[in-house]
Amino acid sequence: MSNEELNQNPQNPLDSTVDSAVDPARDANATESMPEAGKESLRTDANPEKKTLTRTPGVTMKELADTAAQREPVPVVRPATKLQLVSRRTQIKEASLASLFFICAFLAVLGVSLIFAFVAWRAFPIVHEIGLWNFLTGTKWSVAEGVFGAVPFIMGSLVVVGGSLIMGVPLAVLTAVFMSEVASPRANAIIRPAVELLAGVPSVVVGFFGVVVVVPLVSQLVGGAGFGPLTAWIVLSIMIMPTITTLSEDALNSIPMGIREASYAMGATKWQTIWKVVIPAARVGIIDATILGMGRAIGETMAVLMVVGNAPQLFAGISAPISTMTSQIVLEMGYSSGTHRTALFGLAAILFLISMSLVLTVRLLSREQHKKRKKVKKGAEA
Amino acid sequence: MSQNLNPQNEDRKTGMQVLRELQKEHKESDSGLGKAHVSNRIAMGVLWGATGITIGLLAVILIYVSYHGVGVVLQNFPEFIVGWPQGVNAEGGIAPTIVATLYSTGLAMAIATPIAVLAAVYLAEYAKQGRIVKTIRFAADSLASVPSIVMGLFGLAFFVETMNIPLSMLAASLGLSLLMLPIIMRATEEAIRAVPRYIRWGSYGMGATKWQTVSRVVLPTATPRIITGLILALARAIGETAVVFYTMGIAINMPIIPTDSGRSMSVHLYLMAVEGINLPSAYGTAFLLLLIILILNLSARWISKRYSRIDNS
Repeated sequence: MSNEELNQNPQNPLDSTVDSAVDPARDANATESMPEAGKESLRTDANPEKKTLTRTPGVTMKELADTAAQREPVPVVRPATKLQLVSRRTQIKEASLASLFFICAFLAVLGVSLIFAFVAWRAFPIVHEIGLWNFLTGTKWSVAEGVFGAVPFIMGSLVVVGGSLIMGVPLAVLTAVFMSEVASPRANAIIRPAVELLAGVPSVVVGFFGVVVVVPLVSQLVGGAGFGPLTAWIVLSIMIMPTITTLSEDALNSIPMGIREASYAMGATKWQTIWKVVIPAARVGIIDATILGMGRAIGETMAVLMVVGNAPQLFAGISAPISTMTSQIVLEMGYSSGTHRTALFGLAAILFLISMSLVLTVRLLSREQHKKRKKVKKGAEA
Repeated sequence: MSQNLNPQNEDRKTGMQVLRELQKEHKESDSGLGKAHVSNRIAMGVLWGATGITIGLLAVILIYVSYHGVGVVLQNFPEFIVGWPQGVNAEGGIAPTIVATLYSTGLAMAIATPIAVLAAVYLAEYAKQGRIVKTIRFAADSLASVPSIVMGLFGLAFFVETMNIPLSMLAASLGLSLLMLPIIMRATEEAIRAVPRYIRWGSYGMGATKWQTVSRVVLPTATPRIITGLILALARAIGETAVVFYTMGIAINMPIIPTDSGRSMSVHLYLMAVEGINLPSAYGTAFLLLLIILILNLSARWISKRYSRIDNS
C-alpha cells in the first residue's frame, strides 16, 4: 500500500496518534474537545500543570491545590486497531489473542461475582430459618439454643475498627507527612523499606506478637486476662498503619513542589506549610487511605481472632472480651452445620457488603474530585 | 486585576489572600522565637515521634520474634527445618508445614501469574477506556479488598463443597490465586504503563503487529517490575492464614500430589500460639515465616533498585 493510500484513509488511528503526538500544543488543544476515552489515551507530556497553576481570578488556593492533587493519568498510546496491512491469518491470530486477554481480565469480574453469589446463596436461608430482621437485630448468639443474632459481632467489629482507626490513623498520617515533607532522602531510605516490611508482616505473626507481648502488658495495665478490645486496638493499629502511611505518602508526594515553595516564599514555617497548604491539598488522598485502612481493619481476621477474647457478647469496657464477625467465622465454621452455618455465611455476606461499599466510597470520592478538577480547569481557562 | 473585583468572587479566597494571611501570622510572631516557630518546633517533634513509634513497632516485632525464634531454630538445627512434628505437643521439626506452604503458594502463583499478567496486558494495551474497563478495575479493587476469611469461606463452599476438590493444596492454591490476582494485575499494569511510548512506536514503525510489540518489546521491558509485584504477592500469600485454614485442612501431612491435604506454616503458628502447648515451636515458625518474608521483600527491593539504575544510566 502506498503512502498516498494510507493518507486517504482518515480512520487509520496509528496515523492520527503519531501526528498529534509530534505537535504537543495541538494535541493539548485537541484533547480538550475530545471525549473522555480519547483524552486519556492521547495525553502527552505537554505539562498540563502549567496551565492550572497560573493564578486565575476566582480560583482559590484550595481549589488549585485540589487540582494539583489529582495525578495526571499515565500516558498510553493506542495504536492501530485495524490491521489492514497484514494477512488474514495474522488478523485472526491478533483478534483471538485480544479476546483471550479480555477473558483473563474478565476473570476478576467473574471471581468477585462468584464470591458474592456463593456467599449470598449460602446465607440466603437466613430469611426463612431465622428471619432477616431477627438476624440483623438479635443481640444473642447461642449455638446450643439455636439463637443467632448478629449484633454482638457487628458491634464488636465496629468497636475494634473504630478504636484502631483512632489509634492508627494519626500515627500513620504523621509518619507519612514526616516521610514526604521532613525526612531527608537518606532517612527515607530506612523508613520506607521499614514501613513496607511492616505491611508485609503476616497477620498471624502480628497476632502471635499480640498474644505473647501485648496481652500480658494490657493485663497488667487494666487488669483482667488481657484479651479484649484494647489489645485488639493496639494489634490492629499495627496492622493498618503501613497501608494508610503508604497511601497517604503517595497523596502527599503528588502535590506539586510549587505550592510549597509559594508558601515558604511568603515566610510560612514548615509546619504552617504542612498544615495549611500541603495537608488540605492532599485531603482526599488521605481520606481514601483511611477508608482503605478501614477496609483492611474490618476484614482482618487472624490477628484480631487471637487477641480479642472471642466471647459473643456486647461491648462492655475495654478489657471485657468481645468477638468480631471475622473471628466468629473462623472460630465456629469448623464444627457448624445447618442454621448455624447459614448464620456464619450471613456474617460473611455482611463483611463482603461492607468491604464493597468502602471500595465504592473511594471510587465516588475520586470521581467527585475529578469533576471538581474539571470545573477548576474550566475556570482557569475562562 | 479588575476581574478580581468581580462580585461573584468576593467571598472566595484567592491563593494570594491565603498566603497574605500566612504572612501576617508570620509577622506577628517575628520577634525572636515567635509563636509560629514554637509551634513549628513542637510539630516537628511530634512528626519525629510518630515516625519513631512506627519504626519502633517494626523493630520490636522483628527483634522479639527473632530473639526467641533464632534460639529454637538453631538449637534444633537442622531437625527443626527438616524434621517431622512428633507427639501430642508437636515437638521436633516443622518440615511438612514448610513444604505445604511452599507447595500451595507456588501452585497459586503458577495459576495466578499468567491470568493476571494477560489481564493487565488487556487493561493497559488493548482495552478502550469505557464501561468495561471501569467494571474490570472495580472488580479487581473489590477482589483485593475482600476479607480473607470471606475468601476462605468461598473456597470452602465453591472449590471444596461444590466442585468436590478435597481439602488440599489444589483447593488452597485456587483460593490463594484469587487473593494474588489483583495484586499481580495492578503491579503488571503499572509496569506496562511505565514503558515509554517511543519504544512501542519503534516497534510499530518496523511493521510489528500489536501482539509482536506486546510480547517482544513491552513485556520484556516491564519484566523487572512485574517480578517485583510477583514477589510481593507471593509474600502476601505465604503469610495468609484464613484462606488456607478452610481450604487446605489442618492435619499435619507431607503433600506429594496437588490433592493431598496439609497444614501451612501460618496455620501451624496459629494453632501452636492459641493452644499454647508448644510455644518454642510457635516462635520458631514465626521466625521462619518472618525470615522468608524479609528475604522476599529485600529481593523485590533489590530487583527494582537494580532496574531503576539501568533505567537511569
